[in-house]
Amino acid sequence: MVEILKKEILRSDVRNLSFSYGDKKVLKNINLPIADNKVTALIGPSGCGKTTLLRCFNRMHDLYKSTHYEGEIILFPEGINIISAKLDPIEVRMKIGMVFQKPNPFPKSIFENVSYGLKVRGIRKSSFIKDKSEKALKQAGLWEEVKDRLHQPATSLSGGQQQRLCIARALATDPEILLLDEPTSALDPISTAHIEKLIVDLKSTVTIVIVTHNLHQAARVSDSTAFMYLGEMVEFGTTNQIFTNPQQKRTENYITGRFG
Amino acid sequence: MIEVSNLTIRKWIDFLFQIVGLLILFLALVTLLSLILDLSTKGLHRIDWAFMTHFPSRFPERAGILSAWVGSLLVILLTSFFVIPLGIAAGIYLEEYAPKNFFSTFIELNIVNLAGIPSITFGLMALGFFVYTLNFGQSILTAGLTLSLLVLPIIIVTTREAIRTIPQTIREAAFGLGASRWQVIQHHVLPYSSGGILTGVIIALSRAIGETAPLITIGALTFIAFLPPNPLGTDQNFYDWIFSPFTVLPIQMFNWVSRPQSEFHVNAAATGLILLLLTLVLNAVAIFIRFRFRRRIKW
Ligand SMILES: Nc1ncnc2c1ncn2[C@@H]1O[C@H](COP(=O)(O)OP(=O)(O)OP(=O)(O)O)[C@@H](O)[C@H]1O
Ligand SMILES: [Mg+2]
Repeated sequence: MVEILKKEILRSDVRNLSFSYGDKKVLKNINLPIADNKVTALIGPSGCGKTTLLRCFNRMHDLYKSTHYEGEIILFPEGINIISAKLDPIEVRMKIGMVFQKPNPFPKSIFENVSYGLKVRGIRKSSFIKDKSEKALKQAGLWEEVKDRLHQPATSLSGGQQQRLCIARALATDPEILLLDEPTSALDPISTAHIEKLIVDLKSTVTIVIVTHNLHQAARVSDSTAFMYLGEMVEFGTTNQIFTNPQQKRTENYITGRFG
Repeated sequence: MIEVSNLTIRKWIDFLFQIVGLLILFLALVTLLSLILDLSTKGLHRIDWAFMTHFPSRFPERAGILSAWVGSLLVILLTSFFVIPLGIAAGIYLEEYAPKNFFSTFIELNIVNLAGIPSITFGLMALGFFVYTLNFGQSILTAGLTLSLLVLPIIIVTTREAIRTIPQTIREAAFGLGASRWQVIQHHVLPYSSGGILTGVIIALSRAIGETAPLITIGALTFIAFLPPNPLGTDQNFYDWIFSPFTVLPIQMFNWVSRPQSEFHVNAAATGLILLLLTLVLNAVAIFIRFRFRRRIKW
């Protein structure tokens, strides 16, 4: 409890969030604080709503019809409600970057991929774009591998490189929060280790919310962990506390591998 | 292991299907080749500079197809001008913007139906609407508009199909970076589907270039011994040519075939060759474009 109190600087706060696809309620009254410049992991069995929750943060659900939010996700320090219907989803997505489960580079060059977020924002100055892209690629640990082939197609990269490119693409726009949906599920152990190291390194500059099925990964990279089950938030605490001293029976069963 | 008794039969069915497929392909190719051969033996010697640069005439040996090919070109130009932007825009709208409700389903259904309507019906509609109601006359403008309506569904349908091949994950990646709907279309949807869209455009245009029935219905002339006014000439408006009467290659051909003198039939065969050549060139362009774009895009 003491540890939780220490990080009262919040980047975001999910308050009584419910979400439904049509008539199907998938998130039920979720509450979740997201600490600033920390990594928050979302864990839980398949189908419990982790991806759905993550996609609320950047209003991805708005692209599809008959999706419905209730409650609030407050973004600090602005204090705005991300899921308010009055807020344009584009404004939300400019502040909150996302990396998807499967690498999804555009079928364009590596450089066009990293710089796309800047292009969208109408930034023309090529020296600025170059610097930003280089910095993002360095942050994503990809620079050394691609610096001589920036104008080759991104699809010629390996799966792990593509995923790091997608991370760089999200970082180039200086997001306030970075959402990662099982970013390593399609990758080999070496690429996974690469990305895990990257997540830890990024912590000083950006707030990260990561969905993962790999409990060891959650334990390695995150500061706090939320366990979800059937659309409900069962337990939230520091990663240390969730893994060593879970308060709920269901959490304990899950992390000890008895179900899920 | 499970005892398998039907393997020989399955192999036989495979083999049979291959043979039937080959036969059908062969039949189609032979038909096309004999058509080309027939036209060539009859008409190839007739094609020369004079044939391309002379107006039609009462004397078969002096007749040429100048007004016909110029007419065909101008009609296709106008058709492209109307139908390409309209068809692509409609396809994009239906795929990317339109809500999926009763109304949009109704529109979609009708576009598909439109593709199945006999072309002469379009001609009758155009005669009533463009020629008499809007007073466009029996002009290149009317022809362009009529053919546009005729091939519009082709472009809409191929545009939609090309757009549908783009994975949703690519759109989500772009939206996730803060792109607006139009930016997603401009930067991703259009470039990635342009190969398919252009192929559709060319299929549509090669269909339009061979159409005869609707143009006869709207009153295209069969004997034209003048060219539309030159848009760059000094004594007329730039757009006068679109109101000019016209003829096109298939109509010229039709006209000559229906004459009793066999010399005119030679002319008809030569015209047919030119028309065939035009269509083949358009198709070759389509294949080339598809090849270029397919090679570049990998998901
Ligand atoms: N587009 C959709 N329409 C309707 N129901 C959906 C949709 N997407 C997900 N669901 C349902 O919502 C629930 C939560 O799905 P979600 O993808 O958020 O689970 P998840 O926790 O990310 O699972 P996994 O670990 O397998 O990725 C599931 O029951 C799923 O069937
Ligand atoms: Mg998921």
